[in-house]
Amino acid sequence: MRKLITILLLTGVIALAHGQDNGDQAGDPEAGGSSNGGQASLRGLTQLDVTKKADAFKRIPKDRSPYVSDYVYQPPLIPHRIRGYEISTNANKCLSCHSFKNARDAGATKISVTHYGTREGQVLSDVSPRRYFCLQCHVTQSDTAVLVENDFKRVDSLR
Amino acid sequence: MKQLIKLFWKRLSSPSRAAAGLLLGLGFTGGILFWGAFNTGMEATNTEAFCSACHAPIVAEVRETIHYSNRSGVRAICSDCHVPHPWTDKIVRKVQASKELVAYAMGTINTTEKFRQRRGYLANREWQRMKENDSQECRNCHNFDYMDFSEQGQRSVVQHSTALASGEKTCVDCHKGISHKLPDMHGVEGW
Repeated sequence: MRKLITILLLTGVIALAHGQDNGDQAGDPEAGGSSNGGQASLRGLTQLDVTKKADAFKRIPKDRSPYVSDYVYQPPLIPHRIRGYEISTNANKCLSCHSFKNARDAGATKISVTHYGTREGQVLSDVSPRRYFCLQCHVTQSDTAVLVENDFKRVDSLR
Repeated sequence: MKQLIKLFWKRLSSPSRAAAGLLLGLGFTGGILFWGAFNTGMEATNTEAFCSACHAPIVAEVRETIHYSNRSGVRAICSDCHVPHPWTDKIVRKVQASKELVAYAMGTINTTEKFRQRRGYLANREWQRMKENDSQECRNCHNFDYMDFSEQGQRSVVQHSTALASGEKTCVDCHKGISHKLPDMHGVEGW
């Protein structure tokens, strides 16, 4: 009887250990059992069920001269830091310098007149609600490695 | 009863038999105790915990701003900006605050909706106060004399070296909503 129990226990332990081995293999990319199929994405070689550690914040230049456009009709890029700038129903910090009213005094680039039009082309007396959220099109820049290589070139007229 | 009042009056009107030194000593220690307690009480009403008791949502707003979290770990608490530092000005502000206790009792801003409605008025009052004292509370830490324009951004230099230097504008004229969310800014100068 005692022998039987020992044998049963042993097989149990072995089976358990084996099961764990398989489990480890599933998460080990070199063993071929990875959940991402060995494919590197923008997240790197991170497993699907793992949350990748976030990258450090990129440094945004404090203040510089305006960026030159890369293509026609490009929304101009933001050449300064905008931390803490409020854009809400109450206030739009961007417009306190870039609006038609304030741009001259602030020495800032004026928003284009397209911001005053509705989708149908009707001209409004103030910035259109659909153009109110500046950061939908205009973004800050930082000097970092490109995520995806590309060979984009400016058109002749902007070079 | 009349006898008792008479006795009391006599006691007050006749010179004490205690030595002058003892009396002076008593007055002196009493004075120190009173002054200490007064200032301790005053300091207690200057702490963030005290402000939070009523203004909790607004105190929470500060956490996202540069005056709460930043690279060097220096920070300002409510009273650094909202209570003047010089003693007399501080007392004046504290007496004014007694009116705010009445508002508290009446529940003027005791719900989020009421607070939103009144936010413009409250903010305007604070901007006006800062304008009148030339942004004294900003200048307790940010001293114009020691600003290094070569360390500032181009935009800052343009404004600081002209409007601020000449005294034409004061800090709060441009730096609004730096530690809180803004109220409805329609009609506010410069917005």
